[in-house]
Amino acid sequence: MMTIILAIGLGLAFGAVLDRVGAANPTYIGKMLNLTNLNLAKIILLAIGTGSVLMFGGQMLGLVDVGHMSVKTAYLGVFIGGLMLGAGWAVAGFCPGTGVVAAATGRKDALFFIGGGLLGAAAYMVTYPAWKSAGVLDKIAGGKVTLGTIPGAKYEGLTALPGDVLGIVLGLAFIAVAFALPERLVSRNVVPHAAE
Amino acid sequence: MTMNWKAGGVLLGVVFFLAVMLVKPIGVSTQFVILDGIIADAVAPGLVTQTAEGFTSTNEYLAKSNGKYAKAVSNPLNYSFIFVLAMALGGFLSVRARGGLSIQEQSIPALWRANFGDSLAKRYAAAFVGGFVVLYGARLAGGCTSGHMMSGMMQTSLSGYIFALGAFGAAIPVSLMMFKKEV
Repeated sequence: MMTIILAIGLGLAFGAVLDRVGAANPTYIGKMLNLTNLNLAKIILLAIGTGSVLMFGGQMLGLVDVGHMSVKTAYLGVFIGGLMLGAGWAVAGFCPGTGVVAAATGRKDALFFIGGGLLGAAAYMVTYPAWKSAGVLDKIAGGKVTLGTIPGAKYEGLTALPGDVLGIVLGLAFIAVAFALPERLVSRNVVPHAAE
Repeated sequence: MTMNWKAGGVLLGVVFFLAVMLVKPIGVSTQFVILDGIIADAVAPGLVTQTAEGFTSTNEYLAKSNGKYAKAVSNPLNYSFIFVLAMALGGFLSVRARGGLSIQEQSIPALWRANFGDSLAKRYAAAFVGGFVVLYGARLAGGCTSGHMMSGMMQTSLSGYIFALGAFGAAIPVSLMMFKKEV
């Protein structure tokens, strides 16, 4: 029961924040990906950095249970699937989470995204054995690994560096990049709004 | 209209942190599979079955990892599924509180309209095809922007970095080619 309450509380917060930062708006996603407005990229980098510093800092202070970490396996399909997700993300302007939030905010195109998504997920369920037998899902570089070795974690480290310290250093680096990133990298012709 | 990036970034980071501290890292795309499973099992009962040790399925993907997904399909009132439903509610309440979206924005986003015009069919078709590719890719990768990229890189997981490299490696060129006009 407690986990259901947490699911509701955390879900509400996540959905609301995604809406407020503009992540559920395909225009902001598009502007980030065509490098004309990096506001959302700064938000993503700052969020990863903040989350990292808080989590590893909390672990070092003994306030956060290392056992709550959940590291995914590295395999070739992660990269191939990432390419596919990236292409679809650019076309539609939604990713799985933001698509759900966007539909809830009244975007009708997001309903089509979810429909296509359910079909795509079903297509993967059916074709999964082929990817598996082709070896695309076989783990690489140790599979479930973190960049450093995190004290008390069930995951192996890619390096022997102290994983919690490395996590904080990388977290701070993400935050620094968020601040250093310019507002835009590419300039384009602005379409005038009026003229009707 | 949107939040300042510093406040927004910190707030988003705090939500990801709270999720790991209280339960587990945030992830979304698996729930598309769970909903597919629920629908398919309703249409064709017997897709998911209970065994002495737990749950299994005639679909190899649902049956993998000792029937982890099969179990979630048979019991949708689990943390991850409720989380995604609550996410939708959170987005709904947030947009209501700021007055909702304009009618134009509800059908076609401004950037799309500036580049591809007012055809609803074109926009909906692109969203549908995009959704198909995104979720197929997310399941092949084993996670999406939330689970792999945000939660993964935050935990310094190697797979998160590989995923982000692929996702942005494709998304940026595609977007540069498609969206030449600004709004």
